Amino acid sequence: MVTLCILATGILLAVLGLVVGYIAIQGLPGLSWSFFTGTPRPIGEAGGGMAHAIAGSFILIGLACLVGIPWGVLTGIFLAEMKRWRRLGTLVRFTADVLSGMPSITAGIFIYTSVVISMQTFSALAGGLALGIVMIPLVARNTEEILRLVPASMREAALALGLPYWRVVVSIVLPTAARGIGIGMTMALAGIAGDPVPLFFTALNNNYWSLDLRQPIASLPMEIFRYTAAPFAEWHTLAWAGALVLIAISFTPMLLVRIFLPGYRIRR
Amino acid sequence: MAVKQQRQKMRRPCIDPGDGVLQGLAILSALGLLLLVFLIGLQIWRAAGPSLTRFGWSFIFSRTWDPVAGVFGALPYIYGTLITTLLGLILAAPLSLGAAIFLAELAPRPLRTVLGFLVDMLAAIPSIVYGLWGNFVLAPWLLRFLEPWLGQHFGWLPLFQGPMYGTGILAAAIILAIMISPLVTAISREVLALVPTGQREALQALGATPWEVVRVAVLPSARTGIIGAFTLGLGKALGETMAVTLVIGNRPEISWSLFAPAHTMTSVIINEFAEAITSLHVAALIHIALLLFLVTLLVNILARLLIYRMERGGKDGMMHEL
Repeated sequence: MVTLCILATGILLAVLGLVVGYIAIQGLPGLSWSFFTGTPRPIGEAGGGMAHAIAGSFILIGLACLVGIPWGVLTGIFLAEMKRWRRLGTLVRFTADVLSGMPSITAGIFIYTSVVISMQTFSALAGGLALGIVMIPLVARNTEEILRLVPASMREAALALGLPYWRVVVSIVLPTAARGIGIGMTMALAGIAGDPVPLFFTALNNNYWSLDLRQPIASLPMEIFRYTAAPFAEWHTLAWAGALVLIAISFTPMLLVRIFLPGYRIRR
Repeated sequence: MAVKQQRQKMRRPCIDPGDGVLQGLAILSALGLLLLVFLIGLQIWRAAGPSLTRFGWSFIFSRTWDPVAGVFGALPYIYGTLITTLLGLILAAPLSLGAAIFLAELAPRPLRTVLGFLVDMLAAIPSIVYGLWGNFVLAPWLLRFLEPWLGQHFGWLPLFQGPMYGTGILAAAIILAIMISPLVTAISREVLALVPTGQREALQALGATPWEVVRVAVLPSARTGIIGAFTLGLGKALGETMAVTLVIGNRPEISWSLFAPAHTMTSVIINEFAEAITSLHVAALIHIALLLFLVTLLVNILARLLIYRMERGGKDGMMHEL
């Protein structure tokens, strides 16, 4: 049985090696200068790039942060600091955990029914909102866990000096936990950066360079999906390179945790 | 009255208005989160309205999906989701359980950290990347090697008959297994770590082998939590969209053969949403999303309850030990 357990671990790690290795080999040749600066060429012409999708992804992620980070951090503060509301806290924590397990397709359709239909157009704004919703529970739970690691003696010392409670939270607790909260955010960011599902119903896609928040916008995961499903070899090269970029984006926060917060248990 | 006033005095006096602001904002965000889940459900339910009133329960049992005639039944999609999820879980179960036991109980300590980190990385890879890999690497490999082999040796089973495509139920199940295994492994590992050390030491003192310790002392106590981890994996598999869409073959058929292409609840929404012209078609797609929302909500609630119970039980166990 021990051998079987080792075998199971080996198979999982072999799969990791296969996926990452294959994508590295296929993707590296496509990662040229023009990948980051060019825009799509007509079908059949080699070259071209993903600049429009990279810019779009940045805009969508930025918008998502505007929604997800304040909402998530404040909810995390509520869960960790407001001891008087413990009952409600349990319910909110449970809801956040349940929400983080929900398929992101529901967030996309929610924004479609409430924003896209009333704006009468797919837009970057709607896409950012949908991604923001996906972010909230992750940011909230990670913020809570990190805030709990701040020793109570620090709060007590600050309170004893006569600081009001909100100053204790804002100037003592949050800065102490800043690194952890920041890494929690990058983790949530990596999660949404590679997920095209909510965008199908909200931001859709755009073949051209566009920074207009009220118009559909391109993004890396959407372009990878489109290029994968298409039958053109030039597009496949771009898809592989894009996938390699996404893998790099999603591994970064894991490495950050390993280096800066060894032993921290990632919330999922 | 007097008692009430006194109680209010005994609470922390709100001297600084900033306290009220911070507290207000925090409570508002927390309540907003509850409201958000409710609103998501409500909006999806309302948008599915036309299809709900038109087809009702028969939507779940009907096999006809005809956008032109305006008749919609989701059975092939529900079947596709259930069969791929079930197969994915069956494939993932031994892998993730074995890996979790090895990482939590058997591996030497330095190895645990490194391998555990690698498994976590596997969990962090975005689903579209798995989809791309499944489409270009896994599906052709299945078509060339695994499916002919299965057909040759197990062809007497209806599961392994019929034309081979590469993309299909089998490919989707394998991709799902690859995607949920790291998640289930990571959570099972944390759950196993909650089992009190004393239980292991007692058996070790009796001269048990490492595997006997795991089987007798660890697994029975961790059962609730491991079931919770698998339930969480189930929820993820049910709602998995991108990778499945790229490898399932996208054909609404109910077939015994695992080689056959199929369609899942998520993949049909992704494929048809942009092309849906009639409002009834859109409503029918959102109707599918509503079913998915309700099922994954239930599954996730169950999963979290199981894991919470295990975490609390684990802490109580520690207390006993002390």
